[in-house]
This record gives sequence, structure tokens and C-alpha cells, in this order.
Amino acid sequence: MTMVTPNPALSRASEEAQEIRRPFSAKVFGFIRRQPLGTVGIVIVVVITLAGIGANWIAPYNPISDHFSAMLQPPSWQHLLGTDQFGRDILSRIIFGARTALIVGLSSATIGGLSGLVLGVASAYFGGRLDLLIQRVLDIVMAFPLIIMALVIVSVFGTGVDNVIIAITIPLIPRCARVVRSSALSIREVPYIDAARACGFSHARIILRHMVPNVVAPFLIMVTAFVGQAILIEAALSYLGLGVQEPVPDWGLMLQGGAEEYAATAPWIAIFPGLAIMLAVFGANVFGDALRDVLDPRLRDR
Amino acid sequence: MAPLLEVRNLRTDFRTGAGVVRAVDGLSYTVERGETIAIVGESGSGKSVGALSVMRLIPNPPGRITGGEVLFAGRDLMKLPEEAMREVRGGDIGMVFQEPMTSLNPVLTIGRQITETIEQHRGADRVAADRRAVELLRLVGMADPARRLKQYPHQLSGGMRQRVMIAIALACEPKLIIADEPTTALDVTIQAQILALMQNLTRRLDVALIIITHNLGVVARYAQRVNVMYAGRIVESGTAEQIYHNPRHPYTVALLRSVPRLDRPRQARLDPVEGQPPDLTRLDEGCAFRSRCRFAVASCARSAPPLDPTEEKGHLSACFRNHELGVAMASVA
Repeated sequence: MTMVTPNPALSRASEEAQEIRRPFSAKVFGFIRRQPLGTVGIVIVVVITLAGIGANWIAPYNPISDHFSAMLQPPSWQHLLGTDQFGRDILSRIIFGARTALIVGLSSATIGGLSGLVLGVASAYFGGRLDLLIQRVLDIVMAFPLIIMALVIVSVFGTGVDNVIIAITIPLIPRCARVVRSSALSIREVPYIDAARACGFSHARIILRHMVPNVVAPFLIMVTAFVGQAILIEAALSYLGLGVQEPVPDWGLMLQGGAEEYAATAPWIAIFPGLAIMLAVFGANVFGDALRDVLDPRLRDR
Repeated sequence: MAPLLEVRNLRTDFRTGAGVVRAVDGLSYTVERGETIAIVGESGSGKSVGALSVMRLIPNPPGRITGGEVLFAGRDLMKLPEEAMREVRGGDIGMVFQEPMTSLNPVLTIGRQITETIEQHRGADRVAADRRAVELLRLVGMADPARRLKQYPHQLSGGMRQRVMIAIALACEPKLIIADEPTTALDVTIQAQILALMQNLTRRLDVALIIITHNLGVVARYAQRVNVMYAGRIVESGTAEQIYHNPRHPYTVALLRSVPRLDRPRQARLDPVEGQPPDLTRLDEGCAFRSRCRFAVASCARSAPPLDPTEEKGHLSACFRNHELGVAMASVA
């Protein structure tokens, strides 16, 4: 009895050739098949982003005008997610709230992440006294509990979206720098960094072109996780009254307005913004994992 | 004419918890234009540190070059500002490392890693650099170079990666290439290919080559001059012929005896170099090899023997008894 076993090397080569010729739609389909969870994450992120950008056109009602004739209505065809204690449409407020969440989440994750990336890689690459100094300063920043830090910033600069971003960004920097530094430290010892130095490249070039791309995978997962965390922290700060102020539509504020008083009588006021926060954080995290798999050439070919 | 590279009395220390390690302790050698030399020694003899010191790539701290001169084309590399030194690295002197698996950046394409060097040193634009990269890959014997340019290191085998490393080292038409154990991580058949390639290319392009290796067998076919290194300095220097057939330092003799050879009876036992390499933190003024040496005499403990000429032309040995040794070896052989 003879069995013809396909040569694995051959079939891999033909797969590789197909990879190059495959049309875009097939690539998309292949991605969905390989990364079902990642696809869900991407869909969530895209939906939230579109909602945030196009809130003015999508939202069925004005999110900040009160309608005392339609207070505390349960979900219906007219108000899909019901209305709050001022008669404002909850769906519209969630759609506009996506904008606040996105602005705060993206800007603090980006600013905090990039600052942490530069500090972490430089710290690992140069080592010695600079490393020691940077790490101790970051330790000090990390020693402050988040809420205390936010309280200080808000009481010094006042409330508002800008200051919420600052309050969230600062504690993210050392966390990013730590993780990036530890990855960069291991890369610092790999021969290709010596090889790059033997090619006569400058420190800046080695850091930016040879070290940063190699820590980009953990960095991206972290930044996308930061987006989720930042949205969560922002909601928490707003819930405590340290963040965005009424009447700006904001998921954390919506929770605060609805949670205590109306939990039993009108639970939809708190449930839907809570779900929105949860979905956004989940989507951002899963999206990050998928992004890493796509960007890493070592993982891409499998 | 002055030699292309002249290393004079180079010293490199590492400050460690256990004390100061003198990894390179008065290293001197010369390389002529277009010449291939070998630096041979066991692990820890300072061969790699010596090469990295020439390029001023010793991480500081803990390492530090404490003295000596490295004259390259008339300039002392030890006195160059960092900026000018960067021009030398990759521009005038190329380097090939031991580990082809990890010496290429995994996230950049082969093409990008070659063109980067060309752009850095020659100021070439992207198109010209790409053309040169294809040319270089063809030169190092890669099939289908245009396709290889777009591939990542993990898609290549070890031998192919080492070819890419050689292409990078050759990219800017250097006058010298330092190859630090270029074949250690490769299969034996590939080793021969890579060495033959390097020999062929350096001859054709008139590039001088320093091969650093612990394998005396590698040296025999490819190097015109062999420097044997022990405890941070050269203990014997001569043509490959002289080193093989008339070794004049007990360490070289011991090394040669420890290499398996096809022209000996198969039952013959290998004769390893006895003892351990010396503790480089505790070197005294005597000869560093004397504790492992079968020929040691009282004077070996008093001072380190200088690298003196033997009666053969161009053959140097750092042993007080090198003349006696020559007679003794002649009688054995």
C-alpha cells in the first residue's frame, strides 16, 4: 500500500506563491478565518470610531437638550435605548460619548505610549547612569496612585477634557517605559545591534531603525491596551466628578447620573453606557493582539 | 609602503566584580594591503575583544581600551573623534560576525539592511542603492537577488545569511574586512563554501581580510599569515607553512596536536591542551602559558618572553626556548 504524502516544503512554497497573487478580498477572508476574535475587535473599534466621527449625523437626537416631556422612558422604537432623568436620548448620548472616549483614549495612549517608548529604548540602549536616572524618576511617578495624581492635576489646572488627558497620560508613561525597556534590554545584547554599530550607524539611527521596530510588537499591544485603560480611567474620573463635566456627553458621567438613584426604576440609564465602556475596552484589547500578529513578519507567514 | 593596518601594543581591560580582566594585553600585528591573515586562539584568548577594540566597539562600561595605537591607512583610529570613527566602520572596515542567525535584524528586509549601509556611507539614493544591493548579492553567489532583496532574514538559511553579511561588509568597498569566527555557526560543507567565497572575493576586490578563528584547520588553506594568540597577546606569528610545519611556541605545538587529522592512524589519541586558560585578572610578569607548558623553565616565571624573530624569515615566537623547540620538533617529526 502506498500513500502519497505531499512534500511539506513544496506545499509551503506554493502557498507562499499564492499569498503574493491572492486578491485583496481573499486576504480579508483569510484574516477573518485565522483571527475571528481579532475581527470582532476590529469591527468594534471601527464602529466606535465611526460613531465618534459621525456623531452629528448618526445620533437621532440632540444629546444635550432636555425634554421634560420624555423623562425616564424605557427602550422603545422612538428611543431605542430609552431616555434619562432629563429626557435625553441615551443612544444619542452614547454615540456622542464615543467621541469623548476616543479623544481621551487615543490622545493619552498615543502621547503616553510614545514618550514611554523613547524613554524606555534610550534608557536600555545607553544604559549606565542615564538608565539609572530615568528609571528612578519613573519610579517616583509610579509611586503616586492614579486618583491622587488626577486630583492634583485637576485641582491645579481645573477640569475639562485637556486636563483629563494630561492626568491619564502621565501615569501611562512609566508603565510603557518599563515594558519597552525590558524588551529593548534583551535586544541591546543581540548581535545585530553590534553589527549595526559596526556598519557605522549613529545612535539615533540604531535606536529608531533597529531597536524601535523590534519592540514595536509589545509596544503596540500595550498602546491598544492603553486606549482601553484610558477610556476606563476617563470614565472613572468623570464618574468621580474629576473629569469631563456636564452637560458634555460622556459614558462615565452617564453612569454617575443613573447608577444610584435609578438603578431599580430605570436600569437602562446605567446599563447601556456601562456596556459601551465594556465593549470599547474589550474591542481595543483584542484589536491590539490582532495588530501585533499582522505586523510581526515572523508571525505573518504562518 | 606602510602596512594597511598596524596594531601596536593594544590593551583592553574589563572592570568586573572579580577585578580588572586584561582581555587584550599588548596586542601587536600588521596587515598588508590585500593580505589575508588569521588570528587563532582558544576561547577567552582575547581574539574577538582585540577585533572589537580595533573598531572601538567595546561596550564602555565595563570595557575600556587603555592603551596602544591602531594605525589604519596612516591614521590612528584610537584618536579619531566618534564621528570620523563612524565613517571608518562599515565604510573603510567591514565586519562579519559569528552568528549569522542573529546578526541580521529580523524586522528589516535583506535589501533594506544592505542599502542602509550604502546610503549611510555613500549618500546614494534609494534606486542606486537598490541596484548596488542586487549587484552585491549576485557577487556573493545568491540566486535570484532581486527577489531576495524583499525577503526577511528568517526566510534564508544560515549560509545564505552569512552571504548577506558578507555582502553588507563589502557594500562600501572597504579596504579591510574583519571576520569574527565567520563559519563557527555553520555546517561543515557550508563553512568551506563561505571561506572559499571570502577568499575569492577579497582577492578579486583587493580587500585585506582578518579571519578570527579557534580552528587551525580553517586557517591552513586561506591565510597567508597566522597569528596565534594566548592570554591577550600574540605568542607566535608566521606564514601558515611555518606555523604548521615548524611551530616554535609550546602553545602552538599543543594546539596542533589537539586537532584531529586524517593523516594520523585512526587509533591515535587526541592530545588536548592540558589545564585551564589563565585567570586574566591575575596575570603576573611571567609567561602566561608556563603553568600548562611542558617546556617551562625557571626564567619563564621572571618575565614574559618578547615576540622575537626565529632564524626563519618572518617567523616570530614569544618563547625563551623557541630555538631548542625547533630542534626538538624536527627530531620528533
